[in-house]
Amino acid sequence: MRLIKGYPVSLKEKEFHYCPGCTHGLAHRLIAEVLDELEIREEAIGVASVGCSVLAYEYFNCDMQQAAHGRAPAVATGIKRVHPDKVVFTYQGDGDLASIGLAELIHAANRGEKITVIFINNAIYGMTGGQMAPTTLPGQRTSTSPAGRSSSETGFPLKIAELLSTVEGVAYLARVSLHDPAHIVEGKRAIKTAFEYQLAGRGFSLVEILAACPTNWGMTPLKALEFVRDEMLKVYPKGVYRRLEK
Amino acid sequence: MRVIVFIKRGALLMKRLMTGNEAIAEAAIRAGCRYFFAYPITPQNEIPEYMALHLPEHGGVFLQAESEIAAINMVYGAAGAGARVMTSSSSPGISLKMEGISYIAAAELPCVIVNVMRGGPGLGGIQPSQSDYFQAVKGGGHGDYRLLVLAPASVQEAAGLTAEAFVLADYYRNPVLILADGIIGQMMEPVTFEDIKPGENIAKPWATTGARGREPNIINSLYLDPEELEEHNRKLFRKYEEMKESEQRAELYRMEDAELVLVAYGTTARIAMTAVDMAREKGLKAGLVRPISLFPFPERIIRSTIRQSSAYLAVEMSMGQMVEDLRLAVNGERPVYFYGRTGGVVPTAEEILERIEILAGGYEGCA
Repeated sequence: MRLIKGYPVSLKEKEFHYCPGCTHGLAHRLIAEVLDELEIREEAIGVASVGCSVLAYEYFNCDMQQAAHGRAPAVATGIKRVHPDKVVFTYQGDGDLASIGLAELIHAANRGEKITVIFINNAIYGMTGGQMAPTTLPGQRTSTSPAGRSSSETGFPLKIAELLSTVEGVAYLARVSLHDPAHIVEGKRAIKTAFEYQLAGRGFSLVEILAACPTNWGMTPLKALEFVRDEMLKVYPKGVYRRLEK
Repeated sequence: MRVIVFIKRGALLMKRLMTGNEAIAEAAIRAGCRYFFAYPITPQNEIPEYMALHLPEHGGVFLQAESEIAAINMVYGAAGAGARVMTSSSSPGISLKMEGISYIAAAELPCVIVNVMRGGPGLGGIQPSQSDYFQAVKGGGHGDYRLLVLAPASVQEAAGLTAEAFVLADYYRNPVLILADGIIGQMMEPVTFEDIKPGENIAKPWATTGARGREPNIINSLYLDPEELEEHNRKLFRKYEEMKESEQRAELYRMEDAELVLVAYGTTARIAMTAVDMAREKGLKAGLVRPISLFPFPERIIRSTIRQSSAYLAVEMSMGQMVEDLRLAVNGERPVYFYGRTGGVVPTAEEILERIEILAGGYEGCA
């Protein structure tokens, strides 16, 4: 028997605290595999944000800084300016990145900071118990939109990949989904490409990952994956939104 | 900038005529600060402008952030990464930074923050003020923490304290706040940097530099277990106790036989000195204690003057903030009075003298 895939060295051997069916564990693993494959674990400095993934610093087996809510791109900017030869990434949810941290995100992108942002979009606030996010779908029920999100009152799903696609400092920008094996392979490729753009010093890179939150969506893990495939992908089409020539 | 040559003890001493803001920036560079992140706000703009012009000459990074919030979080990142780093702002901007400052204090990261105070609350005004005292010395953001706070009263002292702040920040692993006011920032005085040397580079084995051949380093302020968070806060406060033990500083002016003791810091102390001189000419035994460290408040030095004093008069450019720490230090053993102007109004020596004369006449009508 031959071992095809082992446990990534870039992930600590620690049980995740994430709910069953949550995409965070999968996304963590893909990032860790990419750090392993690019042999940059010892050069990497990650920034954890506020949300369900706040404890990411306990899982990634590299140097980590925990940032205030939404401020991860600014923290990453400070780190990268001090260590331009290191690989700096942030790991942020949609409440953190698309709501409270939108200014920090857009300006880090516009400066072309040579950092990689992994953006987990599950259309809801997870850690605080399922409140409406800027990314919540129209009509989607959350604890703060109990009758379903009304776009006339609370706006529309904020499309980060589309929003950043006009920003000139962005070198690589993609939206992926992790709802089935084929998309997981595609998602990992995008994450790897984003890190490669940073390593090449090309500028800011971001991968938006559509993610499931069965607990706060009130669905089984399988139903939640179907929701990503059938509902989220309609509002948030996957694809590469910006890519500078290598 | 003009260069002035002074003859001092027969030797030529090169002094430069600079604003306090420029002197703070130059001192920071000489002290080894290589990273500076800030957002424009009056009356401190000369600091980022000086940094933008001169930091790159020293291989450093100046970056104008999109907001004060972003700037302080860049400081958090850079400090966590092991750099000597500074930011500066003025009152409303410092309020915005307070979230980040709380995180920096909690994560025990060394950095220097400059507040060139202007009048508040709200957007307030752009004239000098000292009304951010509470915010500076009581923590300012959320949670149990303190900053080490130093208050310069001249351009020369602004330079010296800024340079020293980097050493203290590294030693205590704590943010150090330079609390200046708009006059200190804007006025020009001769200043020399001859004594300012880069502080010793303290090893930072905790910094995020890439986990090459070692276990990962984590910069964090999250403690979900209340017992752990309590122990963390106790550890922070043991550090603040050490500051109280070692860092209390004040200057005494004409205190040898003073009975009425003025207490003032920063620009107000300079004006109070003139008022003390005027009072002395009238035969009134006035003196001044000028706190240089605001946290820790120089309570031991205040306590050492109680026996000789009949009363204290706090003078501030605020509605009365430092006076509360003064009252705690005096602890009811002598009367403590207050005189202040606020909103950007600077008290005159004559106004202060008037209060001294009233107090000398029996301590009536000056509360």
